Amino acid sequence: MSSERSQRLVLLVLLALGLVAPFVLYPVFLMKALCFALFACAYNLLIGYVGLISFGHAAFFGIAAYATGHAAKVWGLPTELALLTGTAAAAALGLVFGWLAIRRQGIYFAMVTLALAQMVFFFCVQAPFTHGEDGIQAIPRGTLLGVIDLNNQLVLYYFVYVVFVLSFLILRRTVNSPFGQILTALRENEARAVSLGYRADQYKLVAFVLSAAFSGLAGAMITIVFQLAALNSVHWHLSGEVVLMTLMGGMGTLLGPVAGALLLVAIQNYFAQVGAWSTIIQGAIFVVCVLVFRRGIVGEIEAWRQRRAAASKPRD
Amino acid sequence: MFEMLGISPQALFGQLLIGLINGAFYAILSLGLSLIFGLLNIINFAHGAQYMLGAFVAWYLLAYVGIGYWPALIVTPLLVGLVGMATERLLLRRLSRLDPIYGLLLTFGLALVIEGVFRHVYGVSGQPYAPPASLSGGYRLEFMFLPKYRAWVVVVSLAVCLGTWLVIEKTKLGAYLRAATENPTLVQAFGVNVPVMVTATYGFGVALAGFAGVLAAPVYSVNPLMGSNLIIVVFAVVVIGGMGSILGSIITGFSLGLVEGLTKVFYPEASNTAVFIIMAVVLLLRPAGLFGKAA
Repeated sequence: MSSERSQRLVLLVLLALGLVAPFVLYPVFLMKALCFALFACAYNLLIGYVGLISFGHAAFFGIAAYATGHAAKVWGLPTELALLTGTAAAAALGLVFGWLAIRRQGIYFAMVTLALAQMVFFFCVQAPFTHGEDGIQAIPRGTLLGVIDLNNQLVLYYFVYVVFVLSFLILRRTVNSPFGQILTALRENEARAVSLGYRADQYKLVAFVLSAAFSGLAGAMITIVFQLAALNSVHWHLSGEVVLMTLMGGMGTLLGPVAGALLLVAIQNYFAQVGAWSTIIQGAIFVVCVLVFRRGIVGEIEAWRQRRAAASKPRD
Repeated sequence: MFEMLGISPQALFGQLLIGLINGAFYAILSLGLSLIFGLLNIINFAHGAQYMLGAFVAWYLLAYVGIGYWPALIVTPLLVGLVGMATERLLLRRLSRLDPIYGLLLTFGLALVIEGVFRHVYGVSGQPYAPPASLSGGYRLEFMFLPKYRAWVVVVSLAVCLGTWLVIEKTKLGAYLRAATENPTLVQAFGVNVPVMVTATYGFGVALAGFAGVLAAPVYSVNPLMGSNLIIVVFAVVVIGGMGSILGSIITGFSLGLVEGLTKVFYPEASNTAVFIIMAVVLLLRPAGLFGKAA
């Protein structure tokens, strides 16, 4: 079976699993997992395909959470417009951050994004509309297009599910498009891509804004799910978590971030009772992944499949 | 002049002193980061946790072993530095041939583990640590009250920073170090044991963080989150000063502390963000930082 076809098969199976999942597992848990999976996929576009490691992605997630909450609660916008407001806010912020950060590379880029995100964090601590430590509470879930009531848990799940699947397909298409190929070329050898005439900075900036926008969409959706926008969504710990999800699942693979996000949300859920232990476990996973497991879950599976395919090929 | 600005001199000088003290910690910590970055090419995300470790070791020494402040000032950095050297030998060395980003991720994970363990044991509340008797009290100056301990912090951290700078810029050992950052293979060929130097440098950088932790214990309360709150600002200081620049981190550290103090007097709302705003402006004008070499 060709890898293209088997990948499609895997996707179809996962799609079906997603449809029946809320009858087996708690829908709110699933929605949280889907939102983080989208966040990680958006993040992976940068780290996995452009090779840019941002350490400040919580800023986009968080600013979208606040913008969505404010739009839905204070401005009274319908849910779909509130989500768009959040996504647009994140994209705009991504444009500013990207424009500033792309001047530096590698590790410097990571530091700059971290520091810029911290600026957003302090802004959110102090700006009046975010309500500081309390956050924006009791955000209405509203009705979709004025007809579909999102207060029903199951309906909301399928809405989140559809948004996730569409976003995932868009990101997949982006990666497989000529644009995505150029991004990969930039990751592999930027100097060569530039000498071929590609304007590296512009491509990177577009990828950065795209990644920020989808991260924002994830933050916007989780706001609607939990009806809350709070400071932990802009805190740098979240920026670290999204790196961990991507690393654990497999950078630069399509399904890796999804697997990583599901696993991390499950771990957090499971260890929520034991307080600081969840941080310790996360840290330990980080260390183990970096030391012995750099390809991540999906990356290791793919590498294993390739080895097997190479071994079974008849030699001449 | 003070009447004209509408500010009491006490408030102004008080904030400037706090700024100077924070600046002292920024300077020592970013100096350690710069050293480690210079030779290992690693952003030591665990630096904040190692600083917190220093404060806790000093506190343990006092509470359980009965070792007071002055011996702790020497013993603690040694102990924390040893932990650092073990970390380099056992973990970081395995990543030396990889993208520096993995070093950042590994130390980030380490920071989570260290902080998590202390938070598990001590919660988020602080442990008190009294300044030594010889440094309690203060001087009554004409315009303000200057606590002895705070004056000591500023003086000793300046001395440590300048001492480190001298060793690196003016001694033979420093010359080896600088050469090894440029071309480790060549320096190794001249018979210098570069791997030992790398371990020692990481240990020294971590020891600096531990030293800052002991200094900080009487000023701030000893608590598990003291490092993670500080480290992000220190990263911004490093970016502004120019990564890897020794003098840059010292000067930028102290001056940003002062700027923060001044902001607190004139526009308190911005005091937390001042450093990051400056960072954004500096990046626009000089992407390599104030003292950094253009890449």
